[in-house]
Amino acid sequence: MASFQWGKFIKYVILIFFAILFLAPVYVIIVTSLKPLDQVSLAEMWTLPSSIDFSSYAVAFSKLAPNLMNSFYLVIPATLISALLGAMNGYVLSKWKFKGSETIFTVILFGMFIPYQSILIPMIQFLREIGLYNSIAGLILVHVVYGLPITTLMFRNFYANIPDQMIEAAKIDGASFLGVFRHIIIPLSITGFVVVAIWQFTNIWNEFLFAVTVTTSDSQPVMVALQNLSGSQIVQWNVQMAGALIAAMPTLLVYIFLGKYFVRGLLAGSVKG
Amino acid sequence: MNITSSEEGECVADSQVTSKKKKRLSKDHWTAIAFLLPSFILILIFVYGFIGWTGYVSLSNYNTIVPDFSFAGLKNYIYLFNDFRFQADLRNTLFFTVLFIGLVIVFGMGFAILIDQKLKGESIFRNIFLFPMALSFIVTGVVWQWLLNPSTGFNQFLSIFGIKPKWYTDTNILAGFEWGSIEFGLPVAIIAVVIAAVWQMTGFSLAMYLAGLRGIPDELREAARIDGASEFQIYRKVILPMLMPITVSVVIIMAHISLKIFDLIYAMTGPGANFVTDVPGVYMFETTFRGNYYANGAAIAIIMLLLVAVFIVPYLWTNRRSDN
Repeated sequence: MASFQWGKFIKYVILIFFAILFLAPVYVIIVTSLKPLDQVSLAEMWTLPSSIDFSSYAVAFSKLAPNLMNSFYLVIPATLISALLGAMNGYVLSKWKFKGSETIFTVILFGMFIPYQSILIPMIQFLREIGLYNSIAGLILVHVVYGLPITTLMFRNFYANIPDQMIEAAKIDGASFLGVFRHIIIPLSITGFVVVAIWQFTNIWNEFLFAVTVTTSDSQPVMVALQNLSGSQIVQWNVQMAGALIAAMPTLLVYIFLGKYFVRGLLAGSVKG
Repeated sequence: MNITSSEEGECVADSQVTSKKKKRLSKDHWTAIAFLLPSFILILIFVYGFIGWTGYVSLSNYNTIVPDFSFAGLKNYIYLFNDFRFQADLRNTLFFTVLFIGLVIVFGMGFAILIDQKLKGESIFRNIFLFPMALSFIVTGVVWQWLLNPSTGFNQFLSIFGIKPKWYTDTNILAGFEWGSIEFGLPVAIIAVVIAAVWQMTGFSLAMYLAGLRGIPDELREAARIDGASEFQIYRKVILPMLMPITVSVVIIMAHISLKIFDLIYAMTGPGANFVTDVPGVYMFETTFRGNYYANGAAIAIIMLLLVAVFIVPYLWTNRRSDN
C-alpha cells in the first residue's frame, strides 16, 4: 500500500505545482493593482503591498466606465437575439429535418470557423452603406449574424436530446409546428438558453477584432478601451492591472457563479457536442 | 424539395383524415423552412457573399483610400509571397500552431488524467485550470505582456537561477537557415506568446478530455485489471485510443484558433522587432486599417481562410456524413 500512497502524493504535487503556476498571474494582477505607482517597482513585484491602495481602481474605472456601459449595451441584446434565432434554427434542424437540411446545417456551421478577417472589409463597407458603422447597433448586428452558427449548433445538439416521441405525440394530439415549439420545446429550453446565453455573453464581451474595426472612440466596447489603456505612452502597471481586472470581472463572475453551464457551453461548442 | 414523400407512406384508413393530416404536415414543414430561411439567407450573404467580395477585392488594385476595383490579377498574392513580413508571418504561424496545439493537448490530457484519479479537491483543480477560458485574449495579452517583460515578472524568479530570458523581445531564430528572404527556424519570441496562449486555452482541452474520460465505463478498466494489465497499460492500450476522437476535435478547434489569432498577439507584443511575433491576423489588420492597402489586406484574409479551410472542410464533411 505504501507505493500506492506515494503515487497519490506525486499526483498531488504535480497538480499543486501547476495550479500555483496557473494562479500566479492572478496573484500578480491583484497585488499590483492594489499598490500605489511608486511601489510598483521591479524589486517589489511579487511582494504584498505595504498598504492597500484603491486609487488605481479609481483611475482605471474612470477611464473604462463609458466603455463598460457600451459593452453592456452591446452584449445583452446581441446575446438575447442570437440565442433566440439559434433556438428557432436548432428546433427546425433537429426536429423538422427535411431533404437537404443537413447540408444547410453544414453550410451554416462553416461560418463558425472562418477567420473574420475574410469578411471584414465588405462587412465594414456594408455597415457604412446602411449607416450603422461606428455604432453599438452595428456591432449588435455583426455579433448576431456571426453568432448564428454556434447558437444554432448548440440548440440543435440540445434539442436532439429531447425524445422525438414527445414531438410525435404532440403532433398526433394536433399540435402544429408553432404549437410544439411553444408548448414543448420552449418549456424544456431553459437550460439550453442559460448555456447558450453564457457562451454568447462571454464571447461577445471578450471579442476584439469586430469591436476595434467597427467602432471608434465613443462607441468602443471595454476590450478596445483596455487595449488603448495599455498602449498609452506612460506605463502605469498598477492602473493597467486594475483595468484588466475590471474588464474581466463580468465574465469571471459568470464563470464563478455559473461554472457548470459555462463548461457545458464549452463542450457544446465543440461540434460533436 | 422532397417534403411530402415520407408522409405519403403513412397509412391512415380514413381518407379524409389522411388528406387533412397530409395538408397540415406539409404546411408545418413549410413553416419550419420559413423559420430557418432568414438565418440561412443572412449566412449566405454575410459569410459566403462577403468572402466572395473579399476575394474580388484581393484581385483588385484597391490599395488606396479611394476604391479602385480594376482587375489586378494575382499581383497582390505574388507581392505577399515575396514579402519579407508575410514570409515571416507564415513561419511564425507554423511554429506557433505546432507548439500551441501540442502543449494544449499534453497539458489538457495530463491534467484531465490526474484529476480523474478520484483525488480530493478535484473540482478546485479543475476550476483553477479552467478559469483563464473566461478571460479575453486582450486581458491575457495585457497581463502576460507584463509577466514576461524581460525586466520584471517571472524573470525575477528565473534570475535567481542565473537565467535571464528576453522573452518576446528576443530576436533570435533557433536552428535557422535561409529560406526565401527570411531565416527559417523557431523564433524564440514566439515561445512567450505560446506560453500565454497555452495558459488560456489548456482549460478547453482539459474539459474535453475530462468529459471523455467520464464517458469511459468503469467496467472496461475493471476488465483490463482482471486481465492483469497495469494502470499504465490500461491508459496506453485502452483509454488513450478511446480518447482519439476528442484529440481530433481539440486539434481542429485549436488549429482554427491558432491560424486566425490576432488579439492576443496584438495586445501582447504586436509584430515585434524584425516581425518575430507577427502573424497574418496582425498584418491584415495593420495593412488594411492602418495603411489602407485594402487589396493586400483582402489577399492576406483569403490566404488565412484557405489555411483554416484545409482543416475545417474535411472535418465538417465527415461529421455531416456520419449524421446521415
